[in-house]
Amino acid sequence: MTEIPDISDKYAGQIGEVALGKGDYIAGGAKGMPFLSFENPSKRRPMIAGEVWDDIKDFPEMAAKMFDGRCEDPVEWANMWKELGVDMIMLRLIGADPFGKNKSPKEEAELVNRISEKTHLPIMVCGCGNGEKDIEVLTEVCNTVKGTRLIISKVDECEYKKLSTAAMANGHVILAFSNLDVNLAKQMNILLTDFGMDTKDMVMDPLMAALGMGLDYSYSVNERIRLAALNGDKMLQIPMVCDCTSSWEVNDAVAEDDGTMGSPEHRAVWWEVMTGTAAMISGADVLIVRAPGAADMLKIYASELTEVL
Amino acid sequence: MPTAIEFFKLLPKTNCKECGQPTCLAFAMQLANQKAKIEDCPHVSGEAKNTLNEASAPPVATVKVGEKNAINMGGETVLYRHERRFNNPIAYAVTVSDALDDEAVLKRIEYIRSLRFDRIGMVFKADMVCIRNDSKDADRFMKVCNLVKDNWDSPFVLESEDKDALIKAMDACKTFRPLVYGADKDTFDELIQAAKASKCPLAIKAGTLEDAAAMTEKAKAAGYNDIILDLQCNDIKALLEKQTAVRRAALKKKFKPFGYPMMNKVGSGEYAVMCAVISTLKYGSLVIFDDLKPYEALPLFTLRQNIYTDPQVPIQVKQGLYPINNPGEHSPIMFTTNFSLTYFTVRADIEKSKVPVWLQIVNTEGMSVLTAYSAGKFNPEHVVEAMQESGVLDKTDGKIIVPGLVARMSGKLQELVQRDVIVGTTESKNIPKHLKEITAQGQ
Repeated sequence: MTEIPDISDKYAGQIGEVALGKGDYIAGGAKGMPFLSFENPSKRRPMIAGEVWDDIKDFPEMAAKMFDGRCEDPVEWANMWKELGVDMIMLRLIGADPFGKNKSPKEEAELVNRISEKTHLPIMVCGCGNGEKDIEVLTEVCNTVKGTRLIISKVDECEYKKLSTAAMANGHVILAFSNLDVNLAKQMNILLTDFGMDTKDMVMDPLMAALGMGLDYSYSVNERIRLAALNGDKMLQIPMVCDCTSSWEVNDAVAEDDGTMGSPEHRAVWWEVMTGTAAMISGADVLIVRAPGAADMLKIYASELTEVL
Repeated sequence: MPTAIEFFKLLPKTNCKECGQPTCLAFAMQLANQKAKIEDCPHVSGEAKNTLNEASAPPVATVKVGEKNAINMGGETVLYRHERRFNNPIAYAVTVSDALDDEAVLKRIEYIRSLRFDRIGMVFKADMVCIRNDSKDADRFMKVCNLVKDNWDSPFVLESEDKDALIKAMDACKTFRPLVYGADKDTFDELIQAAKASKCPLAIKAGTLEDAAAMTEKAKAAGYNDIILDLQCNDIKALLEKQTAVRRAALKKKFKPFGYPMMNKVGSGEYAVMCAVISTLKYGSLVIFDDLKPYEALPLFTLRQNIYTDPQVPIQVKQGLYPINNPGEHSPIMFTTNFSLTYFTVRADIEKSKVPVWLQIVNTEGMSVLTAYSAGKFNPEHVVEAMQESGVLDKTDGKIIVPGLVARMSGKLQELVQRDVIVGTTESKNIPKHLKEITAQGQ
């Protein structure tokens, strides 16, 4: 009888663990490539973060319908995600946009507090996309939201000092963004640690390109980041956040059925699930998801792959 | 794969140049890079040839399935796609039951053919039909095989639990080289002989890795190598772990018994698609569905296309003019790089705005906006050159919108084209808003 060779890889490093919320949620900790029990005994399921906007003027209508009218109020929306069993809320403070609702930093910080009190889930907080206003708003969020460790999304190499300072001073976690490149991701993490951040307070976003829109790049960048980290590169041993909602930008995902493509509602969910699956198979520790159906499937299948609920 | 030096040791070292290379060492290096075949050397000894062929046999066999529009399965040399392009894309088959009447069989084939999506420069489609012997009737099976032969011009699979039905059908279809599914421990000996005689590739069903190794070794001993392994994975966890274990053993441990393509039968519905997704990402060569819906097929086929692209070449679109939302003679001109990720993103955002725009793509060798700008591949001269080539400046008198990230070039560009140039957004997602604002101003 031929003997089957042992194929488990032995790694010199492991992914760091980052505590979130009240310390009751932990991201990261992988000791091998994703879901391979023969080399990765960590058995931690990737976290699922459900997306909430505080102004849904530009939120895709098809996605809005999936929430039974409960996405009008962000607190209620977040609560629905809690009922659906996600691990985190990804709160996009679109309402802060000076050309939109122009909500004040104080109003936005209060909203974060209300969602935290209602759901008791960890929250990732993201700005509206207006650079100056986002710094104001997120600084206020860092300073006034207490009792839960937030992820502040996100800093890049051009602008990271102000938000990192605010996050560090208040015990929050920073999301380090880089543009689809292993070396850029590493450089961003080095910038932050040189600035004084502890890797225990950092997660990274190497940009998850959606299925059909560059997923191949992201899949390989993620795998390379994860392999380098496991092989001992400390500056990459940081949990990875992948935003799968980019899948909603893909025309094939959401286009009306032309008679060959089938219902867009089903297709959009699958588009997000496949983007998310490629993300977690290549190393994602947190998946940001838009469709409730996609969150549900990703959670069930991630649980099955990890063998934990 | 042996190194150049290992090859060199076995060559005659006469530098006769008959292989087309200047020296034996140069030839050895070509061999190591898989750019030459040992047969190109007329003087190598038979013994050396055997040694080299054995050593340089690819770690995973390439198995050809079908004749017309044949599909190669396996032949992979790396575990991760960033190392080198995966060679042979996974194939997807959809089942036709022979319990259907003739008319329903034809309708079913038509449905499978309709799982096809034409995209710029690419066709995504279901590759194979799997004929399943649900009728348990060998004659009916043959009849349906004939219907498929006449109405489906791509490879197919013969599936039956009755080995005699399989042997009969594979003999009748052998010129089409169908995949025969499949041999288990009990039917192995007979099916391997039949497959060998008809030269049809054979799937081996093995519930454990030990069984798989034992059966492929037996096949090899019987002189047959056109094997596809079905590890009988019933869930995504087993599928991911077993397929990873088998492929790693073949590539990293050079474990020959696992050097074969792998396949899965997944049924239909949500879980089946999920199995196919995992198999597409991790080392599958064929997935057979009972059924596949269009809204499942399009994302799955797109995933396959993404995973099997060449990681070395940045995906590029062609330099040229791309009209979006039916632009006219006063529509604005936007321009960006030919990095496809940039192009698709910008295009999607312009489409979303519903504002008619001429989008000029500039060849930056696949670099993104900032990278290309700093590398000197995306300067005002390049942009103007591209615009002259496409003739866009004659098609519209609209303003030119410069990507916000390279606002610096607007002065120079304005000078060169003698036309109003305005600065656009730094982020693509803000394009719709910006376009709506400027068109509102224009009215």
